[in-house]
Amino acid sequence: MFPAPIERQNTAIQTLYKTALPIALLLWLLPLIAVALTSVRSAGDITAGNYWGWPTTFNLIENYTAIFENTPIGKYILNSFKVTIPTVAGAVALSCMTGFALAVYGFRGNILVFFMFVAGNFVPFQILMVPVRDLTLQLGLYNTVTGLALFHIAFQTGFCTLFMRNFIRALPRELIEAARVEGVSEIRIFWYVVLPLMKPAIAALSVLIFTFIWNDYFWATVLTQGADTQPITAGLYSLNGQWVAAWHLVSAGSIVAALPPVAMFFLMQRHFIAGLTLGAVK
Amino acid sequence: MTTSALSQRKLAPWLFLAPGILFFLFYVIFPIFESMQISLYAWDGLGDKTYVGFDNYVELVDDEAFYTSLKNNVIWLVLYMLAIPAGLFIALFLNQTVTGIRLYKSLFFFPFVISQVVVGLVFSWFYDPSFGLLNVGLKSLGLDPIAVLADERFVTYGIIAAGLWPQTAYCMILYLTGLNAVDPEQIEAGRLDNARGWKMLWYVVLPQLKPATFIAIVVTVIGALRSFDLVSIMTDGGPWGSSRVLAFYMYEQAFSEYGFRMGYGAAIAVVLFLIMLVYISGFLFKMYKDEQER
Repeated sequence: MFPAPIERQNTAIQTLYKTALPIALLLWLLPLIAVALTSVRSAGDITAGNYWGWPTTFNLIENYTAIFENTPIGKYILNSFKVTIPTVAGAVALSCMTGFALAVYGFRGNILVFFMFVAGNFVPFQILMVPVRDLTLQLGLYNTVTGLALFHIAFQTGFCTLFMRNFIRALPRELIEAARVEGVSEIRIFWYVVLPLMKPAIAALSVLIFTFIWNDYFWATVLTQGADTQPITAGLYSLNGQWVAAWHLVSAGSIVAALPPVAMFFLMQRHFIAGLTLGAVK
Repeated sequence: MTTSALSQRKLAPWLFLAPGILFFLFYVIFPIFESMQISLYAWDGLGDKTYVGFDNYVELVDDEAFYTSLKNNVIWLVLYMLAIPAGLFIALFLNQTVTGIRLYKSLFFFPFVISQVVVGLVFSWFYDPSFGLLNVGLKSLGLDPIAVLADERFVTYGIIAAGLWPQTAYCMILYLTGLNAVDPEQIEAGRLDNARGWKMLWYVVLPQLKPATFIAIVVTVIGALRSFDLVSIMTDGGPWGSSRVLAFYMYEQAFSEYGFRMGYGAAIAVVLFLIMLVYISGFLFKMYKDEQER
């Protein structure tokens, strides 16, 4: 292990390390802690300029009810779910198939198709913006949740294919060969042999894509407008414009927006990190 | 093997690939070429397109705002790389086995999970000239407050600092995973040879972390070139356009309040794409080499 385990050091260093840990964490998360504290402050605190001291009163319920009652934040959140969940399902489903095809079959053009997905995944969004907006308009899907989700599914398929293909390649090939010898059809091999083994990969990708899409801001502003279709990221931006200097409300809104991906991360931490660090270890 | 099984095996991959490829072609691959084509036209997004040849690119050459954006992109690219050593540093700090360390690791990773919109809001607030923590701190040191986001000299650095927060968390998690896989025997062998501290890190640990470093570079470059969200949220390109980056400037031009300039926007996007292409080619080349070795 590197650095040397702290247990091997003398007690002074051990104590030092154990005190440094919480202090470092506090500093690292200071901006977030401040936001969380501010989200329960009263309007009085805000006007008095008490941003960094202890709140004089805890208005947890008042502030959070206020944002849900006075703003369409509930709608924004719902829209976010409506975009995110179909995208996760769609991108994972498509990439299970593409990943399987690219990992199992050695056909001509395999590497080209694979590289197309990988390269496409890295392009800057801006080069897609004008044509994708145009395409969405032509399909009659501009300013709809469907239009946004369809694009996300397509784009995320790139990354998901890379992930799935590498995952399936690492599975024992003998399983597939054995099934073939038995005369099992290709579609049944996919469904009954490979797919059950892909569960960890599916879980990892799902949490990852959930977070990516939930946090998307660019495409939300390009393909949707207004509270009926916009997801929370874009919604928060427009609310920020209305809530000038009402920092307790901005903070409460930010916390609400951050909560679903954070919950997802804590619930599925192992899968999340497995997905994110794909390729970081040989 | 029967012929039907063989032909099935020839056809099967394409059937599995068809839906994914179609989606990807229509939404990602074709639009790249369409954008290149649109960049040769003057177009407001609604009416007819007028072919103007390379006029949009010629205009770019004389566009002050384009150079500001390009310069800022370079600053982003260079400074964003700090996330890699910073992430490594935190990973080394946290790579212990004391009680509760798992929770610490997850909490350190937190900034990456939340949206850049939230990160942007948090940092705008941190920089606020009247009550932001930065200026509260400066005041307590007896210094004059700095309006980071309203000052042309500091604004880009201020936004980059905000971006480095989640990006460092990302690099940290990559290195933590990498450190987990470092061969303990080599470390012990190094210790026997009296390698310690920096020497150990440089000669024994870092070479083994190469895959993590590679991924960290790739995601950091992409992150730096995609820097749209933070600029849009924290400053909207201001003050006076001094914090624009290409990604933001393109959006601004295409959806300009003085009329949509899709062609000009597309030309900016093509430039951004060409910069990214250098990295994409490099990445594909390395992947190709790795594939050959298998």
